[in-house]
Amino acid sequence: MTALLPRRGLAQILALIVILAVDRVVSPQFFDLRLQDGRLFGSLIDVLNRGTPVALLSLGMVLVIATRGIDLSVGAVMAIAGAIAASLADTHSLAVVLAAALGAGLICGLWNGFLVAVLGMQPIVATLILMVAGRGIAQLITEGRIVTFSSPDLVWLGNGSVLGLPVPVAIALGMLILTGAVVRGSALGLLIEATGGNARASELAGVGTRAMILSVYVWCGVCAALAGVIAAADIMGADANNAGLWLELDAILAVVIGGTSLFGGRFSLLLAVLGALIIQTMNTGILLSGYPPEFNLLVKAVVVLTVLLLQSPKLTGFAGIAARLRRTKA
Amino acid sequence: MILKALFAASATAALLLALPANAAELTIGFSQIGSESGWRAAETSVSKQEAAKRKVNLKIADAQQKQENQIKAIRSFIAQNVDAIFLAPVVSTGWDSVLKEAKEAKIPVVLLDRDIDPSGKELYLTAVTSDSVHEGEVAGDWLAKTVGAKACNIVELQGTVGASVATNRKKGFDTAIAKHANLKVVRSQTGDFTRAKGKEVMESFIKAEGGGKNICAVYAHNDDMMVGAIQAMKEAGLKPGKDILTVSIDAVPDIFKAMVAGEANATVELTPNMAGPALDAVAAFKGKGTVPPKWIQTESKLYTAADDPQKIYDSKKGLGY
Repeated sequence: MTALLPRRGLAQILALIVILAVDRVVSPQFFDLRLQDGRLFGSLIDVLNRGTPVALLSLGMVLVIATRGIDLSVGAVMAIAGAIAASLADTHSLAVVLAAALGAGLICGLWNGFLVAVLGMQPIVATLILMVAGRGIAQLITEGRIVTFSSPDLVWLGNGSVLGLPVPVAIALGMLILTGAVVRGSALGLLIEATGGNARASELAGVGTRAMILSVYVWCGVCAALAGVIAAADIMGADANNAGLWLELDAILAVVIGGTSLFGGRFSLLLAVLGALIIQTMNTGILLSGYPPEFNLLVKAVVVLTVLLLQSPKLTGFAGIAARLRRTKA
Repeated sequence: MILKALFAASATAALLLALPANAAELTIGFSQIGSESGWRAAETSVSKQEAAKRKVNLKIADAQQKQENQIKAIRSFIAQNVDAIFLAPVVSTGWDSVLKEAKEAKIPVVLLDRDIDPSGKELYLTAVTSDSVHEGEVAGDWLAKTVGAKACNIVELQGTVGASVATNRKKGFDTAIAKHANLKVVRSQTGDFTRAKGKEVMESFIKAEGGGKNICAVYAHNDDMMVGAIQAMKEAGLKPGKDILTVSIDAVPDIFKAMVAGEANATVELTPNMAGPALDAVAAFKGKGTVPPKWIQTESKLYTAADDPQKIYDSKKGLGY
């Protein structure tokens, strides 16, 4: 079994194919691609581009969830990082802007990690603090208004292209490879899983569980900050009230759709990102379909339920029994 | 600190009452919701300007989006015996008892920007609000006039599903274009009043409508969504304002910036000046005893590129939007 794509990804890949097929039905031009100003243009690119923030969030979130934790603050961290990036963009170089925004994400992650790993607070409560306070901090930075900027460097980060692909997509791909290389190229992934599976046993076996937990929250904070910078760069402004609002839930959903258990102990980076793409493929399909917006959430809920049911061992077990019964009768 | 401010405020109020020379000068308490949006911040700064213009002493209490803070503020204004109270209610219910207290103290209350539930109509002097159905109509009428007899496919970016402003702005627009058979809303989807969602939804509209070739105009329930939509159109190689007409509502500074660049065509103002008409109504009521109508509707003014958008941008950008 390869480390990055285990056989258990079948349900997710199937779900993605089915949703893509449905999108093709509601919108015949779904797979059309053309070049526009040296950049690929089409609904598929929209799916990748719009899915980037949640994909980045899910990269950090999946590691946190693997340790049996959860990070509710990622949406607020996005808002903080976006606010910092937008405020500095027109007066500082891109390197300074990125360092400040990602540094803020790192500090937020340290704070969450400190509360969980050192003070032993329950993750859901510990990160709830920053979820609430973080948006306030972001609003303080922007003074409650939408801070706009025109710095071409930062705008490029949201709207530019690399080899025809939007820059955000390239960044997300890079982060996936980097995270994968670090956690699966070493024993780190295994240690994270051990911490989530049984923290006490791992501790006794010599795993530095505290350091593990601290570092996954830090990574989650950095990923969220990067998502926040990209979201701000995309609209050329930081909207502290709305940036990343409720995206923590989409990130958790992406991880869960990717088959990672909220009880920790096992995770798949690639499937979490696939989960984010499933969510976005569905969102884009809904927007293209032309149904009244009142149906958006309903359609989303039904699709998510179906994908999760596909993964339920009990239900697939029932299907197996039913098939066997039919066979014996015949 | 708040207590200290309250003491100071009541002390000044007492002083003002004690000095007959200042008797003509009004003191008005304003319970503002908080800083929920840029528009709200602009409303607060415009209120201060309007009060200063009329030499009215305006005390603003920020409620941080909480009704209990607003009720506390109103009680303290009553204790200070102000001449009138302005209230921008955060919710529409639960005001009866505190408004009765104000009525017993013979202090008139004026509602700003939002109305409260019908049971309390006799408890306030008047409500100064804009008519969001009318805003939609103004936008629709402009589009009908601009397009003329040409067939026009419109895409609509709605506000948050279920928000009354979104429902009303949709209703008004639909009524206005219903009179013209050549205008048709072909796609309508929510952009949650935000730039990011406005951009995302517009991207999908462009793809679904033949790369934007079938779209003649965009109508957005607020300017922020339109700013996002304009970016989406530019990235798709379209020229917003020329290939696709734009009309939105609110008149925030950034839409005037787009207008200067020729990328936006029209916006309908939701004026942040609710305090001006309210101050005039209170002055007339206090001076000559003129009872104002129960509802003072603010003007929903239409702005286009012909209105010197650069000048409007300069005048609006300092207001805190």
